[in-house]
Amino acid sequence: MDLILEALKFVLNSAKDIAPIVFFLFVFQLLVLRERIPNVNQVLVGFAFVTVGLGLFLVGLEQTLFPLGRLMAQQLTNPEFLHEVSGNSGDSLAWQDFYWVYLFAAATGFATTLAEPALKAVSLKANAVSGGAIGVWGLRVAVAIGAGFGVALGCFRIVTGLPLHYFIAAGYLIVVIQTAMAPRIIVPLAYDSGGVTTSTVTVPLVAALGLGLAEAIDGRSPLLDGFGLVAFTCLFPIISVLAYGQLAVLRQNKAFNGEQKADLREEEDHAL
Amino acid sequence: MKNSLIALSKDAVSSLRDLAPIVLVIAVFQGFVIQQPVHGFLSLVFGALLVVAGLTFFIFGLRIALFPIGEEIAHSLARKGSAVWLFSFAFVLGFGTTIAEPALMAVAGEAAKVAVDAGAIENNEEAIANYALGLRLVVALSVGVALMLGVFRILTNWSLPLMIISGYILVVVVTAVAPSEIVGIAYDSGGVTTSTVTVPLVAALGVGLASSLKGRNPMTDGFGLIAFASLTPILFVLVYGIIMQWI
Repeated sequence: MDLILEALKFVLNSAKDIAPIVFFLFVFQLLVLRERIPNVNQVLVGFAFVTVGLGLFLVGLEQTLFPLGRLMAQQLTNPEFLHEVSGNSGDSLAWQDFYWVYLFAAATGFATTLAEPALKAVSLKANAVSGGAIGVWGLRVAVAIGAGFGVALGCFRIVTGLPLHYFIAAGYLIVVIQTAMAPRIIVPLAYDSGGVTTSTVTVPLVAALGLGLAEAIDGRSPLLDGFGLVAFTCLFPIISVLAYGQLAVLRQNKAFNGEQKADLREEEDHAL
Repeated sequence: MKNSLIALSKDAVSSLRDLAPIVLVIAVFQGFVIQQPVHGFLSLVFGALLVVAGLTFFIFGLRIALFPIGEEIAHSLARKGSAVWLFSFAFVLGFGTTIAEPALMAVAGEAAKVAVDAGAIENNEEAIANYALGLRLVVALSVGVALMLGVFRILTNWSLPLMIISGYILVVVVTAVAPSEIVGIAYDSGGVTTSTVTVPLVAALGVGLASSLKGRNPMTDGFGLIAFASLTPILFVLVYGIIMQWI
């Protein structure tokens, strides 16, 4: 009974969250464009589904992904478990003793990104717009490697307690250098792929993993150290997709054996 | 009716696929590495079912209601070519979709709880709700501004890398003066904004605009809106943190 009441409360709340966008769209359609809403019934049913779906999703999230992320963080940082796998019987644990945490983070980042529907859609579109030059699988694997590495490095940062902004600033410095060198056609795509990786299901789990780690490790505060994993998951795909573009150019340059230096920029665009 | 059922089951399959890699990775780690019993296993399974059902309904509803209208308006406005309405629509779209973004609600809620535990805000329901809502409003505002910037860029054909890179330089500068409690949340909010609701509508706006303007390439001009939507939330939340510190 409590659960039903709880779900009802969530559904009511989500109606409030959906209201602004519905209102704005109706205003634009009716007042600015002065057109009727096509299929009014279908639209109303659709918004009912959106509201109920959002409510159920948030209830489920509270019960599943948040606790799961925390549980994994706690179990993987449990001192008994760590001593057992590291063979380190001393009191102090070095950062490398947490290698299962990094492996779990990398696996989560890689697997969830590879399965991400939004990324698949973007890859297909990029493949079509580039005339088949950007491979669908090449792009997806590049983004997934970036995301996996990003989550793992983010966990390393939480374990060691190094400041977040050093990593972010260094990361964007790499992006700047790569942008100057990578073929122009891949740049907007690379920048977008950072945002696309983080799906509605992945974000809560990754966020919970970070908070759980910060709670479980001595000397870390969830508020100061727990956040930042999602930012890493967004940053590193940019680097890996730019690298993917650079690799394609390198391969082509080898094939051309240094000939045809003229119009190199154009050649680079074709390499993808 | 039959078609809707087929569409609904397709959405269910894709929600399951969303969750599958997470379940797989966690199952492998629980089975082979941790090897400890999981407490409350049934409630986890029930919650996972709710997540799948909720995501399915949510996406299905978006697909039959929000996306068609949003895309139609984006295309009509792009054809109409009125800059003022384009900018207002871009802002409203960014703001409205971000307020409705489930991942942001979840993370803002967690951030509020963490802030309570750290003693940054009072431990009562109102303070928590206000903190989470404030965060969401700031992020929504920033995504609205991001889309306006993105539309402006497509119209003027300014260099995307130049704008993005100067944005991140600004982020680094503002980080130096922002209170350290807000930095992590600010950086994370950049990635949180761009998922289920925002990306399809934003992509429709960008590609529609780029293909209706002469001399624009949908490949290089259509993409890039999401990049702005990942950048401005960081900046806005950092500034929000600085302002809240003064109050």
